[in-house]
Amino acid sequence: MSLGTQHSDGPAAPSRVDFGRRVRILRRRRGSVSLRIDLRTAGVCLALTGLGVLVALIALGLGDFRVSVPDVVRALFGASDRAVGMVVVDWRLPRVLLALLLGAALGLSGGIFQSLTRNPLGSPDIVGFNTGAYTGALLVIVFVGGDHYLTAGGALVGGIVTAAAVYLLAFRRGVQGFRLIIVGIAVAAMLGSVNTWLLLRADLQTAMSAAVWGAGSLNGLGWGSVTPVAVLLAVLLPCVAVLGPKLKYLELGDDTARALGLRAEPLRLGLIVVGVALTAVATAAAGPISFVALAAPQVARRLTRTPGVGLLPAALLGAVLLLVSDQLAQHALPADLPVGVVTVSIGGAYLIWLLVKEARRQ
Amino acid sequence: MTTEHAGPRALPADRERAPARLHADGVRLGYDDAVVADDLSVAIPDGEFTVIIGPNACGKSTLLRALARLLKPRTGGVYLDGKLIERYPAKQVARRLGLLPQTSVAPDGITVADLVARGRHPHQKLLRQWSSTDEAAVAAAMAATGVTELSARRVDTLSGGQRQRVWVAMVLAQQTELLLLDEPTTYLDLTHQLEILELCRDLHREHGRTLVAVLHDINHACRYATHLVAMRDGRIVAAGRPEAIVTAELIEEVFGLRSLVVPDPVCGAPMAVPYTRSTPGPPAAPVTSRPDSASSPTSDSPRPSTSDSPRPSTSDSPRPAASDAPSTVHIGH
Amino acid sequence: MTTSAPTRPTPSRGSGTPGLARTGGGRGGWFALTLLVLAAVVLLSVAIGAKNIAPHTVLDTLFGHRGSDDDLIVLDVRLPRTVLGLLVGAALGVAGALIQAMTRNPLADPGILGVNAGASFFVVLAVGAFGLTSIWSYIWFAFLGAVLATVAVYLVGSAGRGGGSPVRLTLAGVALSAVLTGIGSGITLLDPAAFDQLRYWKAGSLAGRGYDIVLAVLPFLLAGLAVAVAISRSLNAVALGDELAAGLGVRTTRIRLFGVVAVTLLCGAATAAVGPVAFVGLMVPHVARWLIGPDQRWIIAFSAVLAPVLLLVSDVLGRLVARPGELQVGIVTAVVGAPVLIYLVRRRQASGL
Repeated sequence: MSLGTQHSDGPAAPSRVDFGRRVRILRRRRGSVSLRIDLRTAGVCLALTGLGVLVALIALGLGDFRVSVPDVVRALFGASDRAVGMVVVDWRLPRVLLALLLGAALGLSGGIFQSLTRNPLGSPDIVGFNTGAYTGALLVIVFVGGDHYLTAGGALVGGIVTAAAVYLLAFRRGVQGFRLIIVGIAVAAMLGSVNTWLLLRADLQTAMSAAVWGAGSLNGLGWGSVTPVAVLLAVLLPCVAVLGPKLKYLELGDDTARALGLRAEPLRLGLIVVGVALTAVATAAAGPISFVALAAPQVARRLTRTPGVGLLPAALLGAVLLLVSDQLAQHALPADLPVGVVTVSIGGAYLIWLLVKEARRQ
Repeated sequence: MTTEHAGPRALPADRERAPARLHADGVRLGYDDAVVADDLSVAIPDGEFTVIIGPNACGKSTLLRALARLLKPRTGGVYLDGKLIERYPAKQVARRLGLLPQTSVAPDGITVADLVARGRHPHQKLLRQWSSTDEAAVAAAMAATGVTELSARRVDTLSGGQRQRVWVAMVLAQQTELLLLDEPTTYLDLTHQLEILELCRDLHREHGRTLVAVLHDINHACRYATHLVAMRDGRIVAAGRPEAIVTAELIEEVFGLRSLVVPDPVCGAPMAVPYTRSTPGPPAAPVTSRPDSASSPTSDSPRPSTSDSPRPSTSDSPRPAASDAPSTVHIGH
Repeated sequence: MTTSAPTRPTPSRGSGTPGLARTGGGRGGWFALTLLVLAAVVLLSVAIGAKNIAPHTVLDTLFGHRGSDDDLIVLDVRLPRTVLGLLVGAALGVAGALIQAMTRNPLADPGILGVNAGASFFVVLAVGAFGLTSIWSYIWFAFLGAVLATVAVYLVGSAGRGGGSPVRLTLAGVALSAVLTGIGSGITLLDPAAFDQLRYWKAGSLAGRGYDIVLAVLPFLLAGLAVAVAISRSLNAVALGDELAAGLGVRTTRIRLFGVVAVTLLCGAATAAVGPVAFVGLMVPHVARWLIGPDQRWIIAFSAVLAPVLLLVSDVLGRLVARPGELQVGIVTAVVGAPVLIYLVRRRQASGL
């Protein structure tokens, strides 16, 4: 079945195969680069990027000391007076960057797990990560009375130990998706009980500060947190770029994926490790910010109207969602609430709105 | 990648001498604690349409999975082009050998073209996602399976037969010289079953592909296979051209079913017409007490079609080793 | 989840494998056994506590031979608590079986329709806005919250033509729960008194509930059970997928509506009575399915018996391990149930839905 090989090195051309969606084909350098671009997805990604930049610029100007958008831009390029530069770059920029980076990490992680489990409820928590991290942090808060770094350390250890335990408990000649989910649920439920118990036996003050951490908050984070997060993401994102595109083959079932030349089991382990690591970065930095991982891929999927979960739109959406939520948490609410409280509220509300809209369209 | 054979094409006559590109050598196969087959050796003749038949749970799908390196043999090995199949990089195998597994999952909302395009994975790289070769292969695969008109439809809106053809198209888009199909006709009505089998025949006749399929229906197998492998309880009972090996004794040994083997009135291939409780046939050598459900012997249509079959067959598979001949047995067409 | 063809059982994966007891007689035997276990657990629940009472004394008291000093403990404290455990357990188990069958999602628990979140949110309102603090006042708020949340989830999840897919229903539940939880925790984080009340209520407990509570929720539980039994046969068809179910003459939209009504009644009343007890509704249907196979009628029957076993065993253990105090039953259920679930899913080729 050898058909003629014609290389169209021209600009983006429409596809000869009808995908039922608008696509453009991009072929360059005598066919060594060839991409199929879904126009709607590309448009959504561009719009989200634009929105993210816009909100970031506005956010950098918001606060007790207001700065206009042009002044913010000037400050970012070092062309403003020192006071404005300090407020924008030293105080506000790290928090905005963290919101974007952590939101993207959570969105990616959620996308990976929802695709792996083929379940819209799939999230890093199916391997018990968040619950375990909360247990670790609670142990530190209740028994050690830890500072920020100790709590983060406890959370990381708790989360990773839990995830490893779930994977090992589910492992019997490979990890079957369903078994992983059930073991994850069971372990998470058990640790959830431990968490409730720890909260009950702590005094009210401790319990409330633990609950604030448990909701996830960006309060008080500065450049000291941005650097480690950026370094870790610089390592993890290339892994996602390599492994992520394989997800759509794993979605076809293990047999088909292997028949297409993928090593399903190592690939799945790699994806789980990367997904957990992405959540771990976010949790260590800001506590378990819930719902971004769950909502971002679903919202992104409804915007792009694609089958399956797209990682790039999910990451961008996560970033925008967390940034907007954090701004609301800081400026729109009467008291300084943890951002996690806001993400669940507006993320949930937006998801509901999308579902209603989707129903109308049908 | 073209599909021309790398070496000289093995003719059926010297099949025994030329080493087959794909063969299993003394493999022991099993899941968890259960051993399904032991010391099994089978060679897949090049350029032929091999069909593996046998009752349920005889190990035929297991064998196919082993040949497709989805199941690693406990002992022995599966060889592709003279080398242990697991020694190859996974993608390299996938460029030579395609498989239609028994169960696959179509993601929600995926379109036909999108699914078929996923068959191109072994030929793609990180930055080479949709070359003109990919496009041509996908278009050709959809044309060959007759799903081009459906290409923009969502897979979950298709009928069972259409879906199965889409999955076959995905495997074809992989453009491999070897194609393994695990029960490609299950869940299809008779017309669609024959459509898939005709497609397989074209692939091996016109495009020189080597095909291996697991089928339930002995008469379909006889009609389309150029090489038949009959299995029972994890061992190979007989292998060879259908005309050479299919006899009433073989059917009884494999399926535990007494039957009359006659030439298919349409194409001349052997056809097994089982005796049933109501028409038990003679005790020893069968005579001409032909069951009245046999098809009209006067039809001379070269291609089978539904009109050839006065009685639509059920898709029920023959039951294994029934003590009394089951009455729901498939009666060919 | 669309499958290219209906999944067939393959030797490697036991998808759709029948349970341990495939025959009717086997199921009957298992059912009798679980009933016996339940009876024993009920006896234990009445007998064990801060003051242990000999089983024969318990039986004497229960069957009308009054006169011992322990009558008061048995009849006024332990018995209502045990009865409530029985009822709530059965409700949660049946609700879990229904919700998993309707959404065809093994991750779904009764809380997925927003029951727990709605109940919790309204309790937050009761405490935070109205300053109410008694169990008796919570119960109506919680029930109202559960009902309103479920109705909202159903309206969002099934809007549009065709009554919506299970996935949409699930997502709607998750989304609405998130919003309610978010606002609720926002309020409690600003109001330490409410936070303190809520952390105890949210643990879920059978303690301190008398006959009045039992009687208050009983009608709702019985109505919910009746609806569940009525639709159980059709659920077998719904579990096969909407198209197949329609082909079998089942009106999926209507069945789903009744299912939601049953879950709301069962789970709403249970949550109102004892607080949100997670995990029971999630785990028990899985165990029932592995035990007796995919027939929804049997799954519901077994869930109705196994869930109270889990709940009462947990309650008894909660009384034992933290003497002289006790651990809330909602905390113990997961600790008791999770290892069982892990053991079962590792031991056999556990099937999905």
